[in-house]
Amino acid sequence: MGTIGVLDLQGDVVEHLDHLDRLGIAGIRVKEPADFTHLAGLIIPGGESTCLSRLLNIFGIREVILQEFQRGLKLWGTCAGAILLAGKVIGGSSCLGLIDIEVQKNAFGSQLDSFTSEVTIPRVARQPIPLTFIRSPKIIRVGRDVDVLLRQRGYIAAAESPGVLVTVFHPELTPSLAFHRHFALKCGLNPSVDEELSMIDPTWDTRSWTRYTRL
Amino acid sequence: MDKKRYELNVQLAQMLKGGVIMDVVSVEHAKIAEESGAVAVMALERVPSDIRKEGGVARMSDPGLIAQIKEAVSIPVMAKARIGHFVEAQILEALKVDYIDESEVLTPADEECHIDKTRFAIPFVCGARNLGEALRRIAEGAAMIRTKGEAGTGNVVEAVRHIRTVNKEIRQLANMPVEEVTGFAKANGFPYELALQVRELGRLPVVNFAAGGIATPADAALMMQLGCDGVFVGSGIFKAENPAKRAEAIVKATAYYNDPAKVLEASMGLGSAMPGIEISDIPEAQILAKRGW
Repeated sequence: MGTIGVLDLQGDVVEHLDHLDRLGIAGIRVKEPADFTHLAGLIIPGGESTCLSRLLNIFGIREVILQEFQRGLKLWGTCAGAILLAGKVIGGSSCLGLIDIEVQKNAFGSQLDSFTSEVTIPRVARQPIPLTFIRSPKIIRVGRDVDVLLRQRGYIAAAESPGVLVTVFHPELTPSLAFHRHFALKCGLNPSVDEELSMIDPTWDTRSWTRYTRL
Repeated sequence: MDKKRYELNVQLAQMLKGGVIMDVVSVEHAKIAEESGAVAVMALERVPSDIRKEGGVARMSDPGLIAQIKEAVSIPVMAKARIGHFVEAQILEALKVDYIDESEVLTPADEECHIDKTRFAIPFVCGARNLGEALRRIAEGAAMIRTKGEAGTGNVVEAVRHIRTVNKEIRQLANMPVEEVTGFAKANGFPYELALQVRELGRLPVVNFAAGGIATPADAALMMQLGCDGVFVGSGIFKAENPAKRAEAIVKATAYYNDPAKVLEASMGLGSAMPGIEISDIPEAQILAKRGW
């Protein structure tokens, strides 16, 4: 079965690996150019987009991702990852530019403006999905070939094209596996969680990421 | 702060993992830090090595300067409050910085009490020399921990001592029968519930960065290999010969800390590092790590 890579340069890498594992999907850390071949999908995690984009350029990974995308690699960016994938970044430059969206960085303010909410996104899951926004960007415009998955008051929070998924929030910081399942299906994989079942994993908690960094 | 807010604050620190947080004293520095790949900046009036040199009382920075730095960059902005100075923390919260460092680098305002961080919505990071300090700060509401190291020295030895001490105590706890935890927690001043959590998780329940004396890409990679989640660099960047180049080199070495070839490449041609200080040459009263308890 195919593997999903999580870009392991900086950010919340292990949180994504933990969610993939809960779906029975093989997730691996990727950071060397050779790591990116033979992946079914690649997750670009949350972190700082300026840091990630600098490292992608310096170490020649940007080119590799662009090449693999042409060969069918599916991509998902959460928060900073969405900024890197965007075609246009207000007041900044585009890094990968693989989806026709325009984003505004850090659009809500400081950490005191970070928040959680819950919504139903029928195309992703039947049950409501908890959402976590941390110093989040906003998608303020999408191109004609991009489907909006979630529109909130005055901005877009999730969208996708055939090859790319973007979410400005962090499904990997919640007990919901719905978006990871959605992405796995997009990558042509078979996640172990059935749509009929609840996609809230009751065994997940906010410290689940620590199992990857035990001493 | 309610539980949800605390979780969000811990999660912001999770986003910083694998990254470098840099001390900056001006808008110009902040922009250099951001362009070099810093994941956050610590806005200060003086870097620790200057505080050490000039002496006197070191206080929270001018809020006007912090506001300018906030305006200039899109990455998170942190600022320092004195240990126990909860009004400086209230001001920084009103200013809406992203994280407050209740820091031993500033002159303590209270020699008995740290800030009750549970009363704030804003997140705090605190320094620790050992597991007891780390867990007491978490019990007080800190959402992130860092080693104290010995700030402003360009000497990594204290940061290494502190992370080794924390990790040794975590390993002891993790391998301990549960009935021994009470005595071990009592002897070392661990809050009991948190000691149980650490025993279960085999690490701190929050993100733990290295800080204090990191001056080279190799120092950063060393702290990462010792198990830190990321790195603070204070005087090490802007007191060096070529700050922009050194900043980027430390970012590279932190991301690829397990790859000696890349750390080697990052270490080349950086010009001279900040001048270092031997810890035994520092008068006892000027050891910053001893501030806080």
